[in-house]
Amino acid sequence: MKVLVAVKRVVDFNVKIRVKSDATGVEAANVKMSMNPFDEIAVEEGVRMRENGSADELIAVSLGTVASQETIRTALAMGADRGILVETDLGLEPLAIAKCLAAIAAKENPDLIILGKQAIDGDNNQTGQMLAALLGWGQGTFASNISLADGPGENKAEVVREVDGGLETVSLKLPCVVTTDLRLNEPRYASLPNIMKAKKKTIDVMTPEDLGVDVSPRTEILKIEEPSGREAGTIVADAAELVEKLHSEAKVI
Amino acid sequence: MSALVIAEHDNAALKPATLNTVTAGLELGDVTVLVAGSGCKAVAEAAAKVAGVAKVLLADDAIFEHPLAENLAPFIVGLADDFGGFDHILAPATTLGKNLMPRLAALLDVQQISEISGIEGADTFVRPIYAGNAMATVKSNDKIKVLTVRITAFEPAMAEGGSAGIEEISGAEDKGIAAFVSQQLTKSERPELTSAGIVISGGRGMQSGDNFHLLEKIADKLGAAVGASRAAVDAGFVSNDYQVGQTGKVVAPDLYIAVGISGAIQHLAGMKDSKVIVAINKDEDAPIFQVADYGLVQDLFEALPQLSAELDKLS
Repeated sequence: MKVLVAVKRVVDFNVKIRVKSDATGVEAANVKMSMNPFDEIAVEEGVRMRENGSADELIAVSLGTVASQETIRTALAMGADRGILVETDLGLEPLAIAKCLAAIAAKENPDLIILGKQAIDGDNNQTGQMLAALLGWGQGTFASNISLADGPGENKAEVVREVDGGLETVSLKLPCVVTTDLRLNEPRYASLPNIMKAKKKTIDVMTPEDLGVDVSPRTEILKIEEPSGREAGTIVADAAELVEKLHSEAKVI
Repeated sequence: MSALVIAEHDNAALKPATLNTVTAGLELGDVTVLVAGSGCKAVAEAAAKVAGVAKVLLADDAIFEHPLAENLAPFIVGLADDFGGFDHILAPATTLGKNLMPRLAALLDVQQISEISGIEGADTFVRPIYAGNAMATVKSNDKIKVLTVRITAFEPAMAEGGSAGIEEISGAEDKGIAAFVSQQLTKSERPELTSAGIVISGGRGMQSGDNFHLLEKIADKLGAAVGASRAAVDAGFVSNDYQVGQTGKVVAPDLYIAVGISGAIQHLAGMKDSKVIVAINKDEDAPIFQVADYGLVQDLFEALPQLSAELDKLS
């Protein structure tokens, strides 16, 4: 079975982002960048399938500037076999990303594509679902468990999904798309020998045009601003004062 | 302008998130509500009574017993063709809407706008990015706007007062690529996290899942829902459906009590629109105190029993 994972280079989750003073975006110069945390979970899941024999090839794909090669190298160091970079300086929207990934899927014919459920920069939570739609495949979104039944006459994945009220299990015909939620696994750190080995693995570079995809934007960002803040209130001495304030001052209990 | 709102329900009752989504829809134009389910006529009748709703479309079919995006999204595409003229299609940004709407948007060749928290015009919307640390104003140039709605940002429409007509529609098709197997819903006597008036949440400071009973005891006295930070979920104290934050649920109750929660950005993104915030933490430097209206610097294992006793005195 061939597995494809999509990885995005984003501002590291520990960085407190700053909105640019001219309201055009978020300060990205000299900021630590990392693989989107949900995508790390996707890579880990693929690597585990590779290790337990259910997958024989794992391909990591990223879309973005040449710097996204670093993110692919991280996936290769974790255990992916090879990488594909769709290189562009444009900030791509989820629909455009999904179209590029669909074009890659048409060439590579994977049995399973795993993506993070959302990237922590745009917080869109769209790409996996859009990709599944474009390919006409089933979608197991917000997965906390994936079990494969990949045998003769039984090509399916059972995916446990994190839904608002609890958990839901769906059965999907392969090939399918899965997006990861937090509890699917705990991603590993790449070891130094594996980081060295990853340097020798191949990354194919192509452009959206090579894939025949029109990535022109459908939306315009008019401005990006700081959210309205909250001010710190008062410190109370004990539970008695807290209850008194909530009752007679805030009137919420 | 006309808007189609996808109703969220369990085939028996309309979920409150639908009411907030109707409010967003009414800011954009006439609202038609789609109720797709199985044996869900009562839901359609409830939707018809919602104040401001112009029309209800009822698609009652066994295929829709569970709202699989694989079957529902193409059905909605068909509707958009048949009924024409929907300028906006909205769903709540719940796990239903988040799963369904991007699939619908891609089939319509539309770039969806996720989790809108404000409407500036027919094509311009405000939405949080970077875990709510920035707000983006986005203009859509697509013909149809596909939107998910951050429900805490819109007041619920009145559940009574409307008298919309119900039109039954058909055409459901099982695409045969996905099937529902089972669900394990968390059973709770307490209110739902996203619609509760009071929420009390625990973080890593709770030290174990067993200690959550301290929160539950207080929740029951206040009629509150119980939530958790991502750290508490990651540590395995409680299941993910308790999670409040950027990667979990977004809540905006009248009162939010954060216990043993440091106040990571990702948690604040899920609760900072609460009307009153209380923080209980033994670390006086915890960032949570910077957003709290009332802070109590005390070990939670001392503070919670005292809080519980004080609440008893009140009643």
